[in-house]
Amino acid sequence: MLAAGDDVRLIAGGQTLVPLMAMRLARPKRLIDIARIAELAFVRGEPDAVVIGATTKQCILERDPLIRGQVPLLAKVMPFVGHAPIRARGTIGGSLANADPAAEIALAAIILDATVVYRDGDKEVEIRAFDFLTGPMMTVLSPSSCLTCVRFPIWREARMGVGFHEVSARRSDFAFASAGAQIALDENSACRRLALGVGAVTSVPLRLDTLARTLEGREGYAFEGGAAEQSKLRDAVAAAIAEIEPLSDLHASADYRRRAATTLLMRAIADAYRAAKGRATRAH
Amino acid sequence: MRIELSVNGTAHPLEVEPRMSLLDCLRERLLLTGAHAGCEHGVCGACTVLVDGVPIRSCLMFAVQADGYAITTIEGIAPGPGELSPVQDAFCETHGLQCGYCTPAMVLTAHALLAGNPAPTRAEIVEAISGNICRCTGYAQIVEAIALAAERMRGLNQPAPAP
Amino acid sequence: MSGPPFRFISSDRRVREDRRFVVGKGRFAADVVLPGTRHVAVVGCPYPAARILAVHTAEALAVPGVHYVLIGRELAAATQPLLAGLDTPKVPRRPLAVDVARYAGEWVAAVVADTRALAEDAAEFVRVDYEPLPFVLDGEEAFASDSPPVHAEHGSNVLLDRTFTWGEVEQHFSQSPHQLSFRVTWGRSSTVPVETFAVLASWDPWREILDVYASVQMPRFAEQAALALNLPGSCVRVHNDVDVGGSYGVKRGIKHAVVAGYLSRRLGFPIRLIEDRLENMRGGDGHGPERNFDVAIAFDERGVIRSMKMRALDNVGAYAGRSPFQLGKPIGAIVGPYRIDSVQYRAIAVTSNKTVQEAVRAFGQGPTNYAIERALEEVARHRKLDRLEVRRRNLIRTEQFPYLIPSGTTYDSGDYHAVIDKVVARADYPGLIAERDRLRAEGVLAGIGIAACLEPSGANSTFEPLLNPKNETTAYTDSCRINVDLSGAVTATIHTLSAGQGHETLVGSVIGEVIEIDPDRIRVVRPDSLASLPSQSPVGSRMAIMLGGAAFHAAQKLKQRLTAIAAHDLKIPPGQASYRDGDVCDEKNPTNRRTWTELVTIAHRHFHRLPPGTEPGLAFTHVMQVPGGGRLPTADGRVQMYPCFAFEFHLLLMAIDPDLGRPEIRRYFVGHDCGTVINPKIVRGMTMGGIAHGIGAALYEEFAYNADGQLLAQSFMDYVLPSAHEIPPVEIVHHVTPSPHTVFGQKGSGESGYLGAPAAIASAVNDALRPLGITVNRLPIKMAQLADLVAAARARNA
Repeated sequence: MLAAGDDVRLIAGGQTLVPLMAMRLARPKRLIDIARIAELAFVRGEPDAVVIGATTKQCILERDPLIRGQVPLLAKVMPFVGHAPIRARGTIGGSLANADPAAEIALAAIILDATVVYRDGDKEVEIRAFDFLTGPMMTVLSPSSCLTCVRFPIWREARMGVGFHEVSARRSDFAFASAGAQIALDENSACRRLALGVGAVTSVPLRLDTLARTLEGREGYAFEGGAAEQSKLRDAVAAAIAEIEPLSDLHASADYRRRAATTLLMRAIADAYRAAKGRATRAH
Repeated sequence: MRIELSVNGTAHPLEVEPRMSLLDCLRERLLLTGAHAGCEHGVCGACTVLVDGVPIRSCLMFAVQADGYAITTIEGIAPGPGELSPVQDAFCETHGLQCGYCTPAMVLTAHALLAGNPAPTRAEIVEAISGNICRCTGYAQIVEAIALAAERMRGLNQPAPAP
Repeated sequence: MSGPPFRFISSDRRVREDRRFVVGKGRFAADVVLPGTRHVAVVGCPYPAARILAVHTAEALAVPGVHYVLIGRELAAATQPLLAGLDTPKVPRRPLAVDVARYAGEWVAAVVADTRALAEDAAEFVRVDYEPLPFVLDGEEAFASDSPPVHAEHGSNVLLDRTFTWGEVEQHFSQSPHQLSFRVTWGRSSTVPVETFAVLASWDPWREILDVYASVQMPRFAEQAALALNLPGSCVRVHNDVDVGGSYGVKRGIKHAVVAGYLSRRLGFPIRLIEDRLENMRGGDGHGPERNFDVAIAFDERGVIRSMKMRALDNVGAYAGRSPFQLGKPIGAIVGPYRIDSVQYRAIAVTSNKTVQEAVRAFGQGPTNYAIERALEEVARHRKLDRLEVRRRNLIRTEQFPYLIPSGTTYDSGDYHAVIDKVVARADYPGLIAERDRLRAEGVLAGIGIAACLEPSGANSTFEPLLNPKNETTAYTDSCRINVDLSGAVTATIHTLSAGQGHETLVGSVIGEVIEIDPDRIRVVRPDSLASLPSQSPVGSRMAIMLGGAAFHAAQKLKQRLTAIAAHDLKIPPGQASYRDGDVCDEKNPTNRRTWTELVTIAHRHFHRLPPGTEPGLAFTHVMQVPGGGRLPTADGRVQMYPCFAFEFHLLLMAIDPDLGRPEIRRYFVGHDCGTVINPKIVRGMTMGGIAHGIGAALYEEFAYNADGQLLAQSFMDYVLPSAHEIPPVEIVHHVTPSPHTVFGQKGSGESGYLGAPAAIASAVNDALRPLGITVNRLPIKMAQLADLVAAARARNA
């Protein structure tokens, strides 16, 4: 049906598409409602990943025990996604396909290097979230394709923690800047593994790999030490952010986004570290 | 398109244009005018109805998508003619409204909150109504209404204290 | 004036209107259904200024279900221009632009179709040929003589430029040891109710009546609609029992009613025009003041202000109805609550190619209070005094009331120092300071906000003759009619629409108090405009005073009649008859009495028992003039503005994240003295709601434009309304200083909170920024811009 013409669009939760239609900015002649296709709504555990069906509602992502346990960063960002009535209808696939630069789910997907799966006609395509999101409100999806599921890699480390912060005009508005971190510590609380990213600052959420590599291996005091250590950490974060060319708009200047991203990332790292430290090493 | 909407326990067979929103369908076809249009782009929450007990924005749902769910509007809340639910009565007690335009949405949202959380904290009440804009009250008396309703509902059906 | 103890006044009664709203049985304009109604969608001009060369309607008319496309020329030929307040005949205003469109979003055509959706579909097919014209957006630029005039025939963008000098301003300035000056800017925002403007108009050609169901808050709405439509006033019936989903000033709706009314007469069926949110934000003409204040003050070593010069320039948008009067109303409280001896006030209203302004809650007093309070803050900084102490030294003292201010208004009563003392005690001011300092030590920006402001109430429109000598309006009325029927049931009337202010409850309480029966037994109804007495609608915090006053006097007449009937029937002198709880007895022999039921029966049925010359039945009317009103201004512009002055004192503690700029109000106290409180629940709701509006105007809301004249905040995604998260708990501290002018000592409270919150928040932010040596001189204070200022200051200081 989708291949029939580009006046046809998919609708699941409709929380982004319907406002666009109400303002007559989107004008599909036909809508295909996939919200109730049971095969597309699921949360499934696999050995190395949690796979989430595209039409899984956002309120499920908040509460599902598998996600809370195995993909805590995704669960962490969910309360910031709109308001409860929006999450009651909005879907994970809808959010990713909409590709708003400030979207929290997209940021989590980028940080965790999730994989997006979509169908185009008979083909099934797997693509990294990093490649799936191509620009502001832009993805690789063609008018005839349909996102089917998202695969979030699981970290097996025992001492894992996550952090997420964002800043917006009101709670739950589109963020001006956001930052997320997932950290795993070894028995001595040194950083064994780290994934970081910032959102709403650029047209697509950004994973900060170089910074992560720099911080991996550092001892615990680098993260929870005194003013001097904090200052060093902040310098490293700021240096990474300095390489970004942030957006500038009615709400915030590029400079603001740069400074806010730095502050938020510091806080996210600190939260992630504290959470991870609080976890006992699993007995082997 | 032919659909059947179950609203406040009654089934309504309807023929609707696909592009008709659930809000417009409730208001114009079923004459249930308690849900209100405030922005029609999903921000103000004045259009809130319950779908299977969960608050959603009826301006962001097409009527054809609502087929098969149990829809509750404000008209389905009062227990009988001339009566008020404990939540509705609490809103009257604290004067948790002025112009009344956001009120059906607030009452429904409060009902949904208390159905799942009989003892919400102030922060939980604020979070629950944070998607509903009120321009009259500044929210204080609305939050008090919901807290009062919660307190009263917890007190219902309790055994009488021992003499 | 009646004094306490009251039986019903001031008691914590429920607001009876609430019952119908909590069950969803409000009757808003969009809920009214008339068979055969057709729907309107409007076509807006995309340019900030453009000549309209041609409007092509054929394609739109060809869309199935479309009945008509109305354009400006046709409407202008059949109707009168909308009324302006100032004397500006070369600045005509029409509901649909005629030859020139003057702001982006201005209505150019109206499409009528079977459904709203079809009308919107067809509106896209209306093709308009425009020739873009030069435009001006900034108020100061518009004031400059070389700016392109929005109205070519008017010759400039200046609608008003009048300077008033009250007292020896120059002498006081030269005599004062200190002077300072500053500019602050109140950015363009508005009240933005959740319900947009809606009107349903239906012309009955046999009865020759235009029925109008509209969400409106507008004095003389029926008459103005009739005038514009070339109809006698008695041919327009406005239904006052329509519920209004919030207005707070802006729902004037004349242009909407003219379009809908004309179309109904022209086409022969009911016409419904409901703004969608985009039409409302851009073209509904409901924006609020956008004002620069240039203030200079002269003061002594103790920080006592002697004289003030204020230049207020307001950018009213492309046309002007009553909005320029928002520069006039504050004249009635131009010195705020302070003992300033002389004032020079220059009021400038300019046109620009922006959306039109309408009346916003407090009609200009909120912005003016912001400027006045900034003056006090600047004096404190200059003299290195505590900001609270500077207020105390400048405030009018309670023994000085009634107090005549330089511009000719007398303030009725107040005890400002007592209110402040109460708030300071409740808030533990030293504790707040300690908390602020503790936050600062933690690296957070923290500030205490203070504002002492007046709420002029009772309303009067003497700003009309003040700013437009051709307009000699001095009457400002409200009315009430009470009827007791044969069964003894009491029914009273209100002659205006309500937006949740609790007027029915107010009237019931007042009448119940006077005739000593339970207010819940009193039915209150709203007849339509043809059956109504004069009313000026609920503006200017006037209804407690005016509607309350009219209801009181009508109820007194009822009570006196019942007493007189009883005295005559008991054959006793009138002075010996005592009225109690609806019955009247002989004071000297109390068993000798007539009950309510007996008196009602006599009045309705036993003419032979009535005192000679008495009208049968029990129907009483009172039409009331505003207390203290009725005079024209003097030659130098002095006149009594509003009669009563409520007082509010805001004290808050704010923390600001220095990196993110995110504000958080930690503690909020407000002292409120609005005289006798008729219904505590209603007054509290007004104050809380007003503070929420004020927080919005101070921190979140702005109608921002880009350089191309396009409104950037066209939806609720960009125009940010505070949710429950953004409004902190507020503690209200009460005080009662009754007004000598009103029946129970009540003053108005409908604008409370909004009058002082923006000033208080600005004060808190600037206190928080003080250690960095920067100030913010503009509202709203947006998060990112604040953070940018802080970052720049830190870089400079490093």
